[in-house]
Amino acid sequence: MSIDSDSGAKGLLGRALDSDLWFSFTRSPVVMVAAVVTLLYFLAAIFAPLVAPQNPFDPASLSLGDSFTAPAWTEYGMPEYLLGTDDQGRDILSTLIYGARISLLVGFAAVILSAVIGISLGVTAGYVGGGFESVVMRVADVQLTVPGILVALMIDGVARTAMPRELHDQIAIYVVIFAIGVSDWPQYARVTRGATMVEKSREYVQAAKVIGIHPLLIMLRHILPNVMGPVLVLATIGLALAIIAEATLSFLGVGVPPTTPSLGTLIRVGNNFLFSGEWWITFFPCLALIGLVLSVNLLGDWLRDALNPRLR
Amino acid sequence: MKTLAYALGIGVALATAVSGAADAKTLRWASQGDALTLDPHAQNEGPTSTMNSQIYDALILRDKDLKKIPGLAVSWAPVEPTVWEFKLREGVTFHGGQPFNADDVVFSFERALSETSDFKNYINSVSEIRKVDDYTVQIVTDGPNPILPDQITSIRIMDQEWSQEHGVEKPQDYAGEQETYAVRNTNGTGPFILEKRDPGIETVLKVNDGWWGWDVTDAKTNVTEVVYKPIANPATRVAALLSREVDFVLDPPLQDLKRIESTPNLKVQQINQIRTIFFGLDLGRDELRNSDVTGKNPFQDPKVREAMYRAIDIETIQRKTMRGLSFPAGIITSPGVNGYTEALDERMAFDPDQAKALLAEAGYPDGFGVQLDCPNDRYNNDEAICQATVGMLAKIGIKVNLNATPKSIHFKSLQNKESDFYMLGWGVPTLDSHYVFSYLAASEGSWNFTGFSDARLDELTKAMEVETDAAKRDAMIAEAWDILKASNAYLPLHHQVIAWGMSDGLELPIVPNDSPSFRMAQMR
Repeated sequence: MSIDSDSGAKGLLGRALDSDLWFSFTRSPVVMVAAVVTLLYFLAAIFAPLVAPQNPFDPASLSLGDSFTAPAWTEYGMPEYLLGTDDQGRDILSTLIYGARISLLVGFAAVILSAVIGISLGVTAGYVGGGFESVVMRVADVQLTVPGILVALMIDGVARTAMPRELHDQIAIYVVIFAIGVSDWPQYARVTRGATMVEKSREYVQAAKVIGIHPLLIMLRHILPNVMGPVLVLATIGLALAIIAEATLSFLGVGVPPTTPSLGTLIRVGNNFLFSGEWWITFFPCLALIGLVLSVNLLGDWLRDALNPRLR
Repeated sequence: MKTLAYALGIGVALATAVSGAADAKTLRWASQGDALTLDPHAQNEGPTSTMNSQIYDALILRDKDLKKIPGLAVSWAPVEPTVWEFKLREGVTFHGGQPFNADDVVFSFERALSETSDFKNYINSVSEIRKVDDYTVQIVTDGPNPILPDQITSIRIMDQEWSQEHGVEKPQDYAGEQETYAVRNTNGTGPFILEKRDPGIETVLKVNDGWWGWDVTDAKTNVTEVVYKPIANPATRVAALLSREVDFVLDPPLQDLKRIESTPNLKVQQINQIRTIFFGLDLGRDELRNSDVTGKNPFQDPKVREAMYRAIDIETIQRKTMRGLSFPAGIITSPGVNGYTEALDERMAFDPDQAKALLAEAGYPDGFGVQLDCPNDRYNNDEAICQATVGMLAKIGIKVNLNATPKSIHFKSLQNKESDFYMLGWGVPTLDSHYVFSYLAASEGSWNFTGFSDARLDELTKAMEVETDAAKRDAMIAEAWDILKASNAYLPLHHQVIAWGMSDGLELPIVPNDSPSFRMAQMR
């Protein structure tokens, strides 16, 4: 009785603050900085229209006369453009904020897509076994031998030829999400299949089977929660990878259209002005991308170590 | 010690290899977009003609000052008011070994006049080509045509036998995506022989030691091989030049000229180009293809066209986007072309307020939406100019959706008449305004995608083909320009300035038509 009321009073927050995860989090200043940086990116991306000084995607707000303005602290800078402007007079800081928004959106959606595909196939394969398992895992093996970026390039290429240009431009962002998501699922399938095979032989699963619970329900209610730990780690690192993949595709000019630039597109555009000394057009998008990917990666690494009992 | 011996051995071997190749000089060059085809009559487009002119000769060539010099014809003169006679060069052979004679000339002109040819408008005054003997041909025109010799400098001569053997008697239908033997294989009489053609990747030309012109023209190259690679990315193109991967870049990005000039052993050559960049508006249709205005075509209202003209701040584009390397234009042809005057080239003032007022008067107080089609690998900073235009038109309420594509897609979509609002640049190989009217302004002009049609201008265009009195003809040209300029069917932007980036060791005369002649190249 007393134990029950005690845990109830503590609530979810209390339990979280009491956990090993929180303990290891507070012990690592690097991880805390990474978390703060990631949070800032998220907030900036979500509230972009409120945070950004200018809407870079509204052509009427641009002034060509202000193009190629250097960052504010340099000799030729203008105070209203903190990080300078690009070749069309867009404020670099605002473009970065809006660009990070696209990058994060694509990253998240792609991770969710590949996790959903990977987990459902992986858990089913691990639980059902037999022919279904062999087929799924062999397909995953074959796809793993091909670099993910190539798979994504292929999907984008097919989409580009298969549909008219205007339509492709409108749905380009979904094509990129699909391309990255589909190229990443084998990782999730492998991890969840392994974990499922371990869980499947445990007594609680056996017990559930014996009392006649439907296999789908067993997978969903009993096995899935117990394999989510490694998936969480994979998803965090996967987010960083998906952002990089999107930036790579956009840098190659096959990602999101230039009218709604992501960080990769910004780097590609700025690349043309590197030789002529307008370094800020490409430098700040690079810096923003590095900062984002690095902090997400650090969080992923920490999560992996914190969730792995053997490392404690 | 042993290592040293090896190193010496390798050194000696290398030295011999280098000295053995001393007389083999390879010129490597790059530009943003490849020739669209090697069929010499299929596409009248700058880079395509540049590549083909190395391989194929015309009856009359142009030297580095664009003056006419004898090519496959040694002399020409009118024998009657409507008949030009050409004496052909004897002893010339095609790359495949076939002898050149009058039959080939007759064949090539008929080919250039056929339905799928893109060179018809150069010679649409020609009614007949006659063989007089093996080395004499006569060209009969509808009326007296004083500028025929200028017009035929672009008509390249193919071998009749070879064309028949490979079934390429008719030019490739480019817009129809036809692929023929002549698209990747050539047989000309020119100073270079096609060695390898990999469209979009690499094209290798070998010098033609037996070219008839080495002794009799201004040409004297010591280059034995010309290797061309299209490099679409501007930064990569500059990097290739800086790292000496290429010796010559035809179109270095304007922002990088200073960097190239300040690099030791590299130089930049500049000249005003005979090419004007402009936008075309389709005012022929009753409704635009990609617009939110339905039931009518806003471009048909002259006020809308004037509003768009006045909304474009060409001087800022010149200063920022072009870094000073352009001249704002009032008409769509450049200084150096017969018929150009400074008075014609005056622009209407940039005035966004008046533009907004004009739009409101025309019934579009909140503007409208439209699609702008642009090439992104053809003209200097083409896509950037279009992006800037999108911003400027947005300020008066016109919402422009920019569709920037490689030129191979852009030109195809223009020729299939799929564009409402497009960017185009026009050079004038004949150096005469008639060329502009017959291609861009006449109702039947094959590059007139505006639907602009004016009976008086058509009449003038026809008349100037046959007018021999220079003063009268100039008056016709002036009147035609006034009609075209007043219509604003084209919104002129600027005349281009060409800048070539190349290594110090390369001597290659820069020409206002932006078409390098490698027969004149000298390499150190």
